[in-house]
Amino acid sequence: MDLSTLTVAQARKDLDAKKYSALDLTNAYLEKIAAKDGEIHAYLEVWADSAREEAKKADDMIAKGESKPLTGIPLAIKDNILIKGRIASAASKILENYRASYDATVVEKLRAQGAVFLGRTNMDEFAHGSSTENSAYGPSKNPHDTSRVPGGSSGGSAAAVAGDLALASLGSDTGGSIRQPAAHCGLVGLKPTYGAVSRFGLIAMGSSLDQIGPLTKTAEDAKIIHDVIRGHDANDSTSLPDSLVSAKQPKILGVPRAFLDKGVDADVLAAFEVTLEKLKKEGYEIRDVEMPTLPYGLAVYYVVMPAEVSTNLARFDGIRYGHSAPADTIGEVYTKSRGEGFGPEARRRILLGTFVLSSGYADAYYRKARVVRALIRKEFEDAFQSVDAVVLPTTPSPAFKLGEKTADPLAMYAEDIFSVPVNLAGVPAISVQSATVERDGTKLPLGFQIIAPHAAEETLFIVASAVENARG
Amino acid sequence: MTQVDVRALAKLARLDVSDEELARLEKEIPAILAFVEQIQQVSADVVPESPTHRNVMRDDTNPHESGLYTKDLLDAAPLQRDNQVVVKQVISKKK
Repeated sequence: MDLSTLTVAQARKDLDAKKYSALDLTNAYLEKIAAKDGEIHAYLEVWADSAREEAKKADDMIAKGESKPLTGIPLAIKDNILIKGRIASAASKILENYRASYDATVVEKLRAQGAVFLGRTNMDEFAHGSSTENSAYGPSKNPHDTSRVPGGSSGGSAAAVAGDLALASLGSDTGGSIRQPAAHCGLVGLKPTYGAVSRFGLIAMGSSLDQIGPLTKTAEDAKIIHDVIRGHDANDSTSLPDSLVSAKQPKILGVPRAFLDKGVDADVLAAFEVTLEKLKKEGYEIRDVEMPTLPYGLAVYYVVMPAEVSTNLARFDGIRYGHSAPADTIGEVYTKSRGEGFGPEARRRILLGTFVLSSGYADAYYRKARVVRALIRKEFEDAFQSVDAVVLPTTPSPAFKLGEKTADPLAMYAEDIFSVPVNLAGVPAISVQSATVERDGTKLPLGFQIIAPHAAEETLFIVASAVENARG
Repeated sequence: MTQVDVRALAKLARLDVSDEELARLEKEIPAILAFVEQIQQVSADVVPESPTHRNVMRDDTNPHESGLYTKDLLDAAPLQRDNQVVVKQVISKKK
């Protein structure tokens, strides 16, 4: 088997045809991890023994003719998704020794399929970042160029799939944390509709924004995994009732041209235009759409998100779980445990969130941001009156160098300019590789982002497949 | 630029921050606020969202057997004794 070209869909066929066993497949990945992950650092922990046991069980299911879409498929799981008994640290020191008390709903669903869990992947601490450089355990490297970041925050999950260290992976996306690393690593990354996938067992970052989704090599694989993990869950009060919009063939794609005016690399923009031309040849109509509030999305996000972060991270107090610093008074237990346990970016966001929510400033920042957020949501609704999907580059540039943006938080935040409006509106979006550009003699992948109305994931898979075909 | 008392914020957020980091944050946080202040340029004549409320709580039926998850949850706590989480004294006479 050739791991570099293997997909979930192909592995399913091969496993069911008994070309190789699930154990063979898992062993192939474990060998590759042993050989290569020292350099890539996609994983924080690899579970070789339990992965082999899960693979054997999968082989039993296949032998009995009970195979399901993900039976025996080796997956990597982001370190903020709970697997009972396993450490789930969110790449933070404060949860370094925290073992999950229960399975996340997505994990339960994957387990029922007979999927194989290879290990937990590196990420920016508590999903705060766009490069994995905010991990308390050191950054992951981009398999296309190890001097560059894989993107983030689901950078380990992306590097694992791009480096053939897992067949597919799960990430979480609060402002682009699945799509941006998928773009930087040449993968497909899906941010589902808000509420489409249960977040029970996902360590919360921004509760009005977070979604779990797959990182895969193809749009077909993304659909296979999404179809397994989605669905209503009584354990998640933000979970949507099951209602999938049936897919009509999308025909019209909208481009918010004014949003692309500045800040995008010239060759990234040129590649985006080439993809639009190819899609025209595939029969799509490309139409300009006016979405004047979109450029404010990033500013809105950096008010709403830290507000939610400061609230969600308040639960880490050194009492109920995680790192606890010995101190004389309960107040000092809180301040010391949190001061020692949280990294610099988490601290920055907690303080920023505390500020924008504080009395006297909440009207000018948090409440105003909520109003602008509602406008952005409305702009998407209006756009979808005349187009089937909105398309944008996923990022303004290809993967950047390790260390290039660590000294300037605002430069790092700007990575998210094209991805955050999606989370603010709660709509689904996918990033698919459309082209490559050259930097320092290395070809780096570019992501093409497709955004659809609420619950119209099927539209995303259809257009993403068209981009894959057009790419050739 | 908005003046920000980072030390007071850290106290509100119950977060120990070193003097060195405090000095850095006193520059970084106002810079981030200066960036996000562009939201003030958007005219805000928007009707506030009025979501239709629906009950999202689970039905209060079929309670699980008492104690089923107690050990799993207690084991997550850094300190426990006699089936309880150990906490420093919360109320004291001295002030």
